Amino acid sequence: MSYLFTEEQKMIRDLARQIADEKIRPVAAEYDEKEEFPWPILKVIAESDLAGIYIEEKYGGMGGGVTELCIATEEFSKACGGIAVSYAASALGSYPIILYGTEEQKKKYLPDIASGKKLAAFGLTEAGAGSDAGAVSTTAKKEGDYYVLNGVKQWITNGGEAETYTVIAMTDKTKGSRGASAFIVEKGTPGFEFGKKEKKLGIRSSATRELIFTNCKIPKENLLGKEGLGFIVAMKTFDKSRPGIGAQAVGIAQGALDYALRYAKERVQFGKPVSSFQGIQFMLADMGTKIEAARALVYYAAGLIDSGAKDISKLSAMSKLYASDVAMEVTTDAVQIFGGYGYMRDYPVEKYMRDAKITQIYEGTNQIQRGVIASELIKETLK
Amino acid sequence: MNIIVCIKQVPDTANVKIDPQTNTLIREGVASIINPFDMYAIEEAIRTKEKLGGKITAVTMGPPQAEDALREAISMGVDDAVLVSDRAFAGSDTWATSYTLAHAIKKLEGFDIIFCGKQAADGDTAQVGPGISMHLDIPQVTYVKKIEEISPYQARVERMTEEGYEIIETPLPALFTVVKEINQPRIPSLKGKIRAKSAQIRVLRAQDLDADERFLGLNGSPTQVVKIFTPPAREGGVMLTGPVDEITDKIIAAIKDECKPKF
Repeated sequence: MSYLFTEEQKMIRDLARQIADEKIRPVAAEYDEKEEFPWPILKVIAESDLAGIYIEEKYGGMGGGVTELCIATEEFSKACGGIAVSYAASALGSYPIILYGTEEQKKKYLPDIASGKKLAAFGLTEAGAGSDAGAVSTTAKKEGDYYVLNGVKQWITNGGEAETYTVIAMTDKTKGSRGASAFIVEKGTPGFEFGKKEKKLGIRSSATRELIFTNCKIPKENLLGKEGLGFIVAMKTFDKSRPGIGAQAVGIAQGALDYALRYAKERVQFGKPVSSFQGIQFMLADMGTKIEAARALVYYAAGLIDSGAKDISKLSAMSKLYASDVAMEVTTDAVQIFGGYGYMRDYPVEKYMRDAKITQIYEGTNQIQRGVIASELIKETLK
Repeated sequence: MNIIVCIKQVPDTANVKIDPQTNTLIREGVASIINPFDMYAIEEAIRTKEKLGGKITAVTMGPPQAEDALREAISMGVDDAVLVSDRAFAGSDTWATSYTLAHAIKKLEGFDIIFCGKQAADGDTAQVGPGISMHLDIPQVTYVKKIEEISPYQARVERMTEEGYEIIETPLPALFTVVKEINQPRIPSLKGKIRAKSAQIRVLRAQDLDADERFLGLNGSPTQVVKIFTPPAREGGVMLTGPVDEITDKIIAAIKDECKPKF
């Protein structure tokens, strides 16, 4: 299925697929086992010009959009969801700058991210502020030409590995969510430290750490947009990034189906390959159908966003919600088709099932996605 | 530095099947790829350019579709590509091929170093690289596994042998055939792929070369393929038992019988 991709998009797909097959797949299990950050792979991705495919050419990128990012993310995810998210999370960290950065901020930060020299990360979640993002307690107090940050961000993907962080903090607690602001914080700033690397169920090669701010002084020029825009920045960022999680989910699901198909043809029981049994065939048929439906939704949402459409929240949330639920179902069925072997870590599919789970949780749980979708649907009836 | 890399398009032998009737490759539906050994030559050419600067030209001799191999080389970082293609070259053996390629290389803007893969995955002769160097009258080092030092005028390289390796110093220009131990070929870049798509591929035909027509193609090839066949499978041997003396006698008798003049 080629989705009327342009020549350049097909090149991105082929290149990402080559990297996935030659560089990621052979080491995916090892990175998962060792929980090691995949720097060598990210270097290959950078050298292939894929690090900045979604960044404007004048900032050193390839000038693509969400579609390009989704294409690469899907292909990487077919081989390893954990390595893919280390790539995609850099886009999540960059979107606040792409969307709300000044010319100076873009010139300063985007070229190194586009070239892959530096990674970016996005910091919103806190111990007490997950789905309820309004409960953020990290503060940013203006003092002269600086903001002083205090607080702890939790479960930040690429935390510790990235150089450039976009962080949401409260500049005015009395205003609730309208008192939040977004900032760029560079690794190495005094008062900015990292917690230990978290141990996770899946996507274990990716780095997840706390961002700890203790009287961390950043120049006032690092404010993104205006004071009070923090939640708008976060929500607009998620509108752009959620199809990327959808693409990750589609890739994980497809990768698991590919293994299940191969295994079903090889595995002989009752004197026949199990792929000849209708019980298995119907599972395979459902898996393939769900994946195609999810893929269609993801690329439709991505294309809509790239077309410059304004109201994108609903479809963006739908693509993430549907694709991640599909990924969980399909990877669970892939383990089922492998039977006992599927439950063993010597075989690749249990990892896909572990990796799939996070796609239902991060960048807004699927319950939050349903909330977004429902409120958009209701809003539409009022127009 | 003018760096030349000679490549060949071959069937993807990882997936190739043999027709049991004709004993030839079934080419339908088999993808064509750059000869895997040539990928190391391309990579080494790019690394040499990164070290010394200059320009890399990839050269291939083959039918028009061999252009795909040249475009792939460009996507990895090769600057320019030349397709040596003419019906007059059809049926060339390794002698005629290296003669033709050497004459094509003479038509380029000069050559300081020429890289080839150690052999092609389809023919497996390992003769064309050395042949080119002889037709150009420049030194050759085959089975290069490492370039220790290189300047625009000379190079010191490690040449793999069965027991270990030799260190060879040579003036440039020279031709090196490389083994897979030399490097890890890079993945193409997106910018390279975009450039490759629209790149102009120069085509050199027989009349463009200052070559003697008598040495081109099938007629210029000293080797003629008479027949291609799979050698018959060995039949089972005879097991002899008994005292050593008796067995020895039987063996001698069998040898004598086998070696009798058959006329």
